[in-house]
Amino acid sequence: MQAEIQEWKTDAGADVLFVERHELPIVDIRMTFDAGSARDGDQAGLARMTSNLLLEGTAERAAGEIARGFERYGARVGTGSGRDTAEVSVRALSEAERLDPVVERLAAAVADADFPADAVDRVRRQMTLGLQQAQSSASALAEKAFMRGIYGDHPYATPPGGTLESVEELSRAAVIDFHRRHYTATNATITIVGDLTSDRAEAIARSLSAALPAGEALSSLPEVTPPESARTIRVPLEAEQTHVIVGQPSVRKGSDAYYPLHLGNHILGGGGLTSILAERMREERGLSYSSSSQLTSGARRGRFQMSTQVRNDALGEALSVMRDSLDEMRNEGPSAQRLSDSKRNITGSFPLQLDSNRDLLGYIATIGFHDLSRDYLQQFVDRIDALESDDVQSAMQTGIDPARNITVLVGPEATINAVE
Amino acid sequence: MRNAIFALIPALMAAPAAAQSNTGITEFTLDNGMQILVREDHRAPVVVSQVWYRVGSSYETTGETGLSHLFEHMMFKGTERFEEGEFSEIISREGGRLNAFTGRDFSAYFEIMAADRLPIALELEADRMANLQINAEALSTERDVVLEERRLRTEDRPEGRFGERYSAIAHPGTGYAHPIIGWADDVAGFEVEDLRDWYQQWYTPTNATLVVAGDVQPDEVHSLAREYFGDIEAREVPAVHTPDNLQPPGERRLIHRDPQARVTQLRMGYEVPSFPTAESTRDPYALLMLATILDGGDGARLAEELVRGSGVAAAAGASYNPMVRLDAEFSLFGVPAEGDVDAVETALRDQIHRLQQEPVSAEEMERARSQMLADHLFEMDSVFYQAMQLGMLETTGSGWARLNSFEENVRDLTAEDIQSAAQRYLRPEMLAVGVMKPADQEDEG
Repeated sequence: MQAEIQEWKTDAGADVLFVERHELPIVDIRMTFDAGSARDGDQAGLARMTSNLLLEGTAERAAGEIARGFERYGARVGTGSGRDTAEVSVRALSEAERLDPVVERLAAAVADADFPADAVDRVRRQMTLGLQQAQSSASALAEKAFMRGIYGDHPYATPPGGTLESVEELSRAAVIDFHRRHYTATNATITIVGDLTSDRAEAIARSLSAALPAGEALSSLPEVTPPESARTIRVPLEAEQTHVIVGQPSVRKGSDAYYPLHLGNHILGGGGLTSILAERMREERGLSYSSSSQLTSGARRGRFQMSTQVRNDALGEALSVMRDSLDEMRNEGPSAQRLSDSKRNITGSFPLQLDSNRDLLGYIATIGFHDLSRDYLQQFVDRIDALESDDVQSAMQTGIDPARNITVLVGPEATINAVE
Repeated sequence: MRNAIFALIPALMAAPAAAQSNTGITEFTLDNGMQILVREDHRAPVVVSQVWYRVGSSYETTGETGLSHLFEHMMFKGTERFEEGEFSEIISREGGRLNAFTGRDFSAYFEIMAADRLPIALELEADRMANLQINAEALSTERDVVLEERRLRTEDRPEGRFGERYSAIAHPGTGYAHPIIGWADDVAGFEVEDLRDWYQQWYTPTNATLVVAGDVQPDEVHSLAREYFGDIEAREVPAVHTPDNLQPPGERRLIHRDPQARVTQLRMGYEVPSFPTAESTRDPYALLMLATILDGGDGARLAEELVRGSGVAAAAGASYNPMVRLDAEFSLFGVPAEGDVDAVETALRDQIHRLQQEPVSAEEMERARSQMLADHLFEMDSVFYQAMQLGMLETTGSGWARLNSFEENVRDLTAEDIQSAAQRYLRPEMLAVGVMKPADQEDEG
């Protein structure tokens, strides 16, 4: 399936990608900024706090007034942030009388955000409560320890939500400065999907980007250095299950090595109920409800990880099954049957992920921000289709080195100390 | 379908004209009683197929909790024709995705595929509706899997432990009081016979609704359904016991002190009518609008007054889902900003009191109306969710036709309807209050 992407740059310097879709009278708009936690520097949580505060007030309008300005037109507005990016998204009705005021208000709210002091205190408190709550979540603890373990000193190791100590220290001045440097036209990718002509899309992108300061290009993030040796990180938590993550940094977005690794990961644990890990851990042994592997790619490097949760007395067995399954993929490659079934699944299911405007918006935004080939969607299918078992095996051998795997165990002390 | 969409536009501008929309849904019934709903959406060459059975955790009695959910897992264990795992493999190989879910009122199975592969999904679903094999070995493995699922979702999470206890006091005397996944002892005790009986009792075309949404023609779906499901023999399903509705149980309170909880949380729930239990058609819509006025977004009352204004809550919300078989819950929740949970409870009660005492302003009514109608339209973006809605409306006894009258009902609501619903339903004797506190917190209150 091919989505026809129109693209241009606004006079203010923002990249725009637009897909026309007229079946529903709705429009989705997303502004993506290079303003994720990788830009936090030594102030963990700064990017997230800026994003959380973005719609909390301007000199002209208070937070409630801004929100009601969208709500009266039925529009839904939200902000979000991760490691690479921060986003502002709006879903609105396409009729000009309803869309134009929403766009106008959005442009003003994002560009003129002035981060009132009471809102800064309130959001800091909310973030602190969230961090406190995460201390009792085994999966949150595991994820945090894993990222720290695989990324070491790299900015990707910074937890996007910050830490209890770092969030206390974040100041209003730091937020204002972060906003001024990162929420700029040069640094923005605007993605639009929906019921518009390109003239109207152009006008929308123009008014969104013209409100922003021009800004300067940001320095590139440093390269990721993979861990030098395998290591096990143990995080004690009283519970009936132990949460396990095993993995390491992987490839960057747009890398050629991504495709065979994607297929290998799909066969190993990314393909749902039919993948090797699900079969061996769940179906054959009843060890866990969920056992899977994920391959993500980032602007610098993404990560490969196998994850599961098992009852404490089965931890040793689960670790062996996971590690052996990975070794088997590296040493023997996938069987012909698994290879062809997985290829058919990946290529055949591709249109399924693009059936809604919202999903399409996500894809187009990724293509735009990471500057992937514009026929990425079609190319993806073709490249997966062309892979052989040897390609997958050698990618798994080159791309995933068990001697560099970081293993994270979150569970009762006696359990996690009893295994390698 | 385009008509449905444009009918919304005048509604959003609060034009008085009533327009009955046609949501593009076609309904058939096979001779064996199986119901088929087709929702056309031709945006992408994709089809969502869902088989819904009218059985879920609220159909279980003491000692058999979690049976519907465990049974859902067993539906992947094979038939005479297709052995264990083969169902998933075939769908996966064909480029599809599949899974299943169990709710309080339903058990549902779905496939998402390229539109031309619909026959494959239907053939496999029909096969396991009629020919499922249940053996002791598979059951024993799957019981272990479900117990792990239970540990993951409930037993090892403070919020899970709290939620389970809260439901037990919030819905006394109904099947909504026990967890969907069941109590661990019940799950551990199930035998092959229990599952075979469950299958025999509920998994029959008479008790099922097939929902197909996406790039399909209704006639073709109808004939495919007849081809694959038409020969399955109809069986009567047992009469379902439905407890008396809306008998005031009195105000209830749970204090859960959890050794691992780090943040105090508050839940409040009023037992209120659902689509099927409401005496007046208007009431569920009035309750939906009440929830929107409180929590329709960051500009709504709870965010404006509790989170930003007094700052008593770090987070607060309200919700109401009328798509349930028994009475529904009008829910409020709050997280105290500085640990003072009593202050949050008082503030939420004040909000309810105000809705009972003062009519909602015209500006707020219009904003809430605009949001509800726009959200209703936005939901059409997801083909999967469209099918979900139809299945949920049917299995709860609400009826899918409610989709057609949603706009009209929302448009007709007045401030008097809202105030009257708040007065009639949000009463203390219908209220359950649950508080979770870190275990080391002091004991007063």
